[in-house]
Amino acid sequence: MTSPSPDTTAAVDTLTGGPGRRTGAPRRGRNRRGAPLPLLLPALIGLAFLVLPLVALLIRAPWRSMPELLTSAEVWDALRLSLVCATVATAVCLVIGVPLAWLLARVEFPGRGLVRALVTLPLVLPPVVGGVALLMALGRNGVVGRSLDDWFGITLPFTTTGVVVAEAFVAMPFLVISVEGTLRAADPRFEEAATTLGASRFTAFRRVTLPLIAPGIAAGAVLAWARALGEFGATITFAGNFPGRTQTMPLAVYLALQSDPEAAIALSLVLLAVSVAVLAGLRDRWMSAS
Amino acid sequence: MIRSARRTRRMVQMAGLSTAALLALASCSSGDGSSTSGSGSSPGASGSDELSDEVIVFAAASLKESFTTLGKEFEKEHPGTKVTFSFGGSDALAASITAGAPADVFASASPKTMKIVTDAGDNSGAPTAFVRNQLEIATLPGNPDKIGSLKDLTNSDLKVVLCDEAVPCGAAAQKALDASRLKVTPVSYEEDVKAALNKVVLKEADAAVVYRTDVKAAGDKVQGVDFPESAEAVNDYPITLLKASENTDAATAFIELVKSPEGQKVLNEAGFLNP
Repeated sequence: MTSPSPDTTAAVDTLTGGPGRRTGAPRRGRNRRGAPLPLLLPALIGLAFLVLPLVALLIRAPWRSMPELLTSAEVWDALRLSLVCATVATAVCLVIGVPLAWLLARVEFPGRGLVRALVTLPLVLPPVVGGVALLMALGRNGVVGRSLDDWFGITLPFTTTGVVVAEAFVAMPFLVISVEGTLRAADPRFEEAATTLGASRFTAFRRVTLPLIAPGIAAGAVLAWARALGEFGATITFAGNFPGRTQTMPLAVYLALQSDPEAAIALSLVLLAVSVAVLAGLRDRWMSAS
Repeated sequence: MIRSARRTRRMVQMAGLSTAALLALASCSSGDGSSTSGSGSSPGASGSDELSDEVIVFAAASLKESFTTLGKEFEKEHPGTKVTFSFGGSDALAASITAGAPADVFASASPKTMKIVTDAGDNSGAPTAFVRNQLEIATLPGNPDKIGSLKDLTNSDLKVVLCDEAVPCGAAAQKALDASRLKVTPVSYEEDVKAALNKVVLKEADAAVVYRTDVKAAGDKVQGVDFPESAEAVNDYPITLLKASENTDAATAFIELVKSPEGQKVLNEAGFLNP
């Protein structure tokens, strides 16, 4: 087999913007010549709009003082914390989000539409509102948080766990919606065949469904991870800001911008580099593994 | 084999579509999130040409209550004018002014944050101090932890929040702590004084070092504890007309109102000290 397997190609497609980039290559030339101006012009403006701010960040970067700015312990603390928290939050999302997506896609129950709407709500909710809502629920004085404190002595605000909670809250809908979409497109007859052959529904899920939807799960996980890494509003509202404990990179960037804009640009570049590296790294791995 | 490949592709294609939509949504919502605590300058930005009598005032978070009152008074005294406020951390406001945010008046909570604006040459005329503010410890109602002094905040069982040192209230708190050779390890450095206060209002923190005016504004939701070291870190609040102002007459009139006996009375009632 010279080309990558269909599964990995499809997964890469999801990240690179759509299927058929390679197979459509001959057609693309003809299309470009015929691109009408009313489409081409806004498209180019759109591209510039997305790319220009990132280029500006590179132009304005204080390259000379960069080594100094980036070797401070605080920056590494924030970066380490961001990576750890985003990864743990993604793991949490996977453990509880994939079953939730399965439930939404495969089980008929009354009010399913409402449940789906509720699951997507954190997507459209401003993250700061999400942070306030988390405080109301899981804060020391919150609806559930009060009992957590009374019974177990656990308080979530101002802790690293709180950061993970805030990030998972904001990122999980990405995973659920993405996995649910993949599940709906997957043929349920494979699972049905497995169950008629004697597998339990859970075994069918584990041995048939999971491998089938693995690319969709991976794409959803990457999205959730990226969203968690960039999470700001819910984190600063729910978990506060303390270097090494709850100060993730976006918080460090925001606060640095107020006192030291150069440091903020340097920090932003680090975050940008990490995001690009992760996306590129995953892409390479999926393309070469076949 | 071929059929299953096509199926996989179709299925991931759908996932791709939905994820693209999700990304679009996410960027919108996160934009909302950061701008609430950021500059918040947009309301006055557009349409300032038609409403020539709109005065846009960027003011420190601690001035929220008293300036809102003064804004209403100003609008009553000068019919046809409209005062639009953007309250926030003085440093964030200063940063957005130097970045070109359209504003007529800037009132900051410290000379240091005002200096960011004057250093950039964005002011018109010298800033003048119009009030002073003193720090106070905000505790839970009834002071259940029996906090009586700044030293009590060093107790590691207490959840204390301070303002970030980039913000005037944080710088002042640090100054008071340094002067009394105390070291407090807070659970969080908040982005502005209202954020710090609200952590106590929501009972998430046991104590916060904020301004006396914030304790007063919060009413019975928090209890204030005076501490003598606060005298070491009294903040002067400077106010200035900005160079970008398109409505200098009304803006100057607003600054005059703030400095007038009438304005000082409103500020004193909120707990501010005379300069």
